Amino acid sequence: MSDQKDSLFAILTSGIFKENPVFVMFLGLCPALGVTTSLENSLGMGAGVLAVLIMSNFIISLIRKLVPDQVRIPVYIVIIASLTTVLIMILQAYVNDLYNSLGVFLPLIAVNCIVLGRAEAFASKNSPGKSILDAIGMGIGFGLSLCLIGGFRELLGTGGLMGLQIFPKQFAITLFTSPPGSFMTMGFLAGIIFSIQASNQKKRDLSAKQLATKEKEVA
Amino acid sequence: MDFFVLFFGAVFVNNVVLTQFLGVCPFLGVSKDSKSAIGMGVAVVFVIIVSSMLTWLLNVYLLEAFNIQYMQTITIILMIASIVQIVEVLIKRFSPKLYKSMGVYLALITTNCAVVGTANNVISKDFDILQTFIYSAGISIGFLFAMYVFSTIRQRLGIAPVSEGFKGNPIALITAAIMALSLYGLGGLV
Repeated sequence: MSDQKDSLFAILTSGIFKENPVFVMFLGLCPALGVTTSLENSLGMGAGVLAVLIMSNFIISLIRKLVPDQVRIPVYIVIIASLTTVLIMILQAYVNDLYNSLGVFLPLIAVNCIVLGRAEAFASKNSPGKSILDAIGMGIGFGLSLCLIGGFRELLGTGGLMGLQIFPKQFAITLFTSPPGSFMTMGFLAGIIFSIQASNQKKRDLSAKQLATKEKEVA
Repeated sequence: MDFFVLFFGAVFVNNVVLTQFLGVCPFLGVSKDSKSAIGMGVAVVFVIIVSSMLTWLLNVYLLEAFNIQYMQTITIILMIASIVQIVEVLIKRFSPKLYKSMGVYLALITTNCAVVGTANNVISKDFDILQTFIYSAGISIGFLFAMYVFSTIRQRLGIAPVSEGFKGNPIALITAAIMALSLYGLGGLV
């Protein structure tokens, strides 16, 4: 029983850290670079993708045994596009500001590599419950990465976060809210994350080596 | 003159990859050597021009005529998927050699944000059919231009001494930032 619980937990967390869609797998980069001019937009986009991902993973996993193999991709695309349309209509009706600031990237959720990728790689092979867990993990991983990029860009570009001024505006580097700043932030964040991972790996290798030599000495 | 401004703006000032962030996935994924970058770029030029023209027609004679604009996303995606399918079959039939060099990229284009995004922009910007043609030609040539330039830089990056953690995609993104910066300077022109 606890074994099963562990594996469910692993499904949930793998999307957030180990298989993070943005920083590890470099999927869904268009929205990650395009809408992250502010933390608010990033949160909105993350929530939108999370909602579409949960629904699409759930539906696709329900019908996974009914869909013939040859036509599965068109079927997935139609399902995802319909869900995206629903999301767009809801946003337009209730949060019009967010709808306007996300612009062209909202309909693009329909062709987001993450949504289609999870449908193909996970939901088409697993039970609805597991697929929802996977979708939650991946969606949160995507949203967190977006917020990280968006937070840095807003802070450096405007000197504040979500309307709260943190340092005076004249010290802000407006480059970071413009397109080049987006590539730069993403590149440096990914580089820093990889560097930390690499140094951790080295430490682990080193301590394993030391352990091995110690054991040899003892023997 | 207006058309020249529209074209120039679409190629450089509003470059599809470097300022609009559409099609970043193939930009990073297929730019490791110039040959495949050009292959992908040419395929995208073709598909974007054809799909934008069809989008315009569909929008005027189907979506607006029957007042069903909310079907826009689904219509565009289905249309692009079918175009890619048809182009694939045609190329396979008439030029097997070209198919061999372009085949893999064609399938990838269906989910290319640049194609879908441009189709959406054509509708939201209210272009007429001639403007649509020039805009889509400009956007796609801008994509080809960015892909080619980026691929040549990446070949150099491959032999450059880069710190361990920044190898691969991170340094490529920073390079793209500098490329974007050079285009950003043209911002006031159009």
